[in-house]
Amino acid sequence: MALIQFREAIGQAMAEEMARDDRIFLMGEEVAQYNGAYKVSKGLLEQFGPRRVWDSPISEAGFAGLGIGAAMVGLRPIIEMMTWNFGIQGFDQIVNHAAKMCYMSGGQFNVPIVFRGPNGAAHMLGSQHSQSFDAMLTNVPGMKVISPSTPYDAKGLLKSAIRDNNPVIFLESEMMYGMKGEVPEGEYLIPIGVGDIKRAGEHVTIIAWNKMLHVAMAAAEQLAEAGISAEVLDPRTLQPLDEDLIFNSVRKTHRLVIVDEGWDFAATSAQISDRVQKECFDDLDAPVARVNSLFVPMPYAEDLEHAVLPTAERVVAAVKEVMYVD
Amino acid sequence: MAAESKLKYDRDFLISVYKDMLFGRRFEERVNQAYQKGKFAGFCHLHIGQEAVCIGVQRSLRPSDYMISGYRSHTQAIAKGIDAKAVLSELFGKSDGCVRGKGGSMHMFSKEHRFLGGHGIVGGQTPIAAGVGFAIKYDKADDVMVCYLGDGACNQGQFFEALNMAAAWDLPVLYIIENNQYGMGTDFRRVTSVESLAKRALAFDIDNSQVDGMDVLKVYDHVSSIVSKMRKKPKPHLLEAHTYRYRGHSVSDPGSYRTKDEVAQFQARDPITTLGDYLKKHKVATEDELKSWDREIKDQMTEIEAFADASPKPDVSELWDHVFVD
Ligand SMILES: Cc1ncc(C[n+]2csc(CCOP(=O)(O)OP(=O)(O)O)c2C)c(N)n1
Ligand SMILES: [Mg+2]
Repeated sequence: MALIQFREAIGQAMAEEMARDDRIFLMGEEVAQYNGAYKVSKGLLEQFGPRRVWDSPISEAGFAGLGIGAAMVGLRPIIEMMTWNFGIQGFDQIVNHAAKMCYMSGGQFNVPIVFRGPNGAAHMLGSQHSQSFDAMLTNVPGMKVISPSTPYDAKGLLKSAIRDNNPVIFLESEMMYGMKGEVPEGEYLIPIGVGDIKRAGEHVTIIAWNKMLHVAMAAAEQLAEAGISAEVLDPRTLQPLDEDLIFNSVRKTHRLVIVDEGWDFAATSAQISDRVQKECFDDLDAPVARVNSLFVPMPYAEDLEHAVLPTAERVVAAVKEVMYVD
Repeated sequence: MAAESKLKYDRDFLISVYKDMLFGRRFEERVNQAYQKGKFAGFCHLHIGQEAVCIGVQRSLRPSDYMISGYRSHTQAIAKGIDAKAVLSELFGKSDGCVRGKGGSMHMFSKEHRFLGGHGIVGGQTPIAAGVGFAIKYDKADDVMVCYLGDGACNQGQFFEALNMAAAWDLPVLYIIENNQYGMGTDFRRVTSVESLAKRALAFDIDNSQVDGMDVLKVYDHVSSIVSKMRKKPKPHLLEAHTYRYRGHSVSDPGSYRTKDEVAQFQARDPITTLGDYLKKHKVATEDELKSWDREIKDQMTEIEAFADASPKPDVSELWDHVFVD
């Protein structure tokens, strides 16, 4: 096992897959000569050359569509969105074209493409740069959505995403790129649609993904000190969702808190909550609680930003609420 | 005295133009220092090197004209009339900031001064500018809308759509491309089909021109003539100003994709030094006077920073303000 950064794990996944399959190319702003705005694609231009690694103009709609066209006729593009705040410039291509092509063409044209980049807030970047698009992306049939929380998961899942024959959205985080984790030397794949129990527990299930997983883990640590054993479940893939893993955990703990960086209205957490109340109604000892970002555009000032985002304190409070303890 | 009589410009005008450019330079330097000291965080894009465009354009406008820009706009906001204290306070996320700490570096606004932002999505301001031009024409006013964008922003699809509408409907919008040659680490020539960005106007049959953006008087003369024509007969104009940013894309970018020589070449044509030399040559000011103005401006910076330091943080409850108006 090697201890590597999140950004390196993603870089390794791309490098290994690109070495395996010449049909894969990478395109995005600053991905080639600058080695990526967040250094995720470091070394790829050097290793694979300019035929495989492309600096794009600032034309997200354009290069999202270019990737889709290339994928329709047999290439396997990885399209990097510098962040998903800019990726939504390409939303029309992703939603109206990538996600519909296979269906609309009666299965004749599939679109094997990965759109990847950081999602959610970084730190003090204000309203236009601090948005979490999980809910909007998972709301669209015809594409898969992955949102990993560790270098290990990111590498294994990105490799699966690249091999998938359908559009896959891969959500990262600026705040996690420097985070280190154990990654095995040899090749491994993690299947899309399979969640993972990141911490086993008995009294309450906390579901969280991406950087919120780490908020949930911190909360679980605090709760352990108070004698509450929390199970932390990372779905890893949001579309499709590993519902069995979730239902089984809830049937064991009887209580559920979901931590989701998205805005609280019509959030991914709301969808999970809906599925759990339907399928686990008799198992629940308390209503499902959700900890989301407050329903406001992100303010810039540090204290205000802090108040908007889910924190370990808010998660602990939510757990105490579903446990009916103070 | 002989040299003086040949002067095409009013002495006071020249002195104020010089002081305003120097003010912008010293302001951005102070901003950079404050950032390095950890007084604020997030992105911070400096305008150092591009002062001639900022002030040359500003002097061609009247207060009722509108302006919109991207995220490299601290000094444009000041030139449009926003108090530098309010701009620095905004950077510090304080309640005396021009948007009360909600926006930060990328989002300066002032309705009073007809400064419509500070926008963080590259190219996003360009169709909004067309809308302002539309409203000016709707009201049969003779104001002008100035829209700044970068060389990188020229490749955003929205910009093409905006140009077409502005041209089709003869909207009084002056699009000013600050061509500093780079969009982040990408030399615009690597991702752009034309050498001269002004040529982009040809497809839309829009009047277009280029100007030396390192020479404030050339910018002033040129933009003044565009604006006076536009007031008489509304129609768009696309102006490419050749300029250069001395620093990295943002304070966290070392800018190592450029050679020292290239930076030095532009610094040799520094807009402030150039005008200073002109003032001395035409006996408008002595070297001692230039130095004393610089001291005065630096003292002002200290005062501005003290103001921003002392400004209170916004109360956390304010985060709910301004999602809507009543
Ligand atoms: C739609 C969008 N894509 C990408 C970015 C990230 N980004 C911020 S500034 C920038 C470069 C813009 O360059 P240019 O237009 O030349 O302006 P300059 O920074 O040189 O003033 C990029 C790619 C963004 N903010 N918005
Ligand atoms: Mg530029």
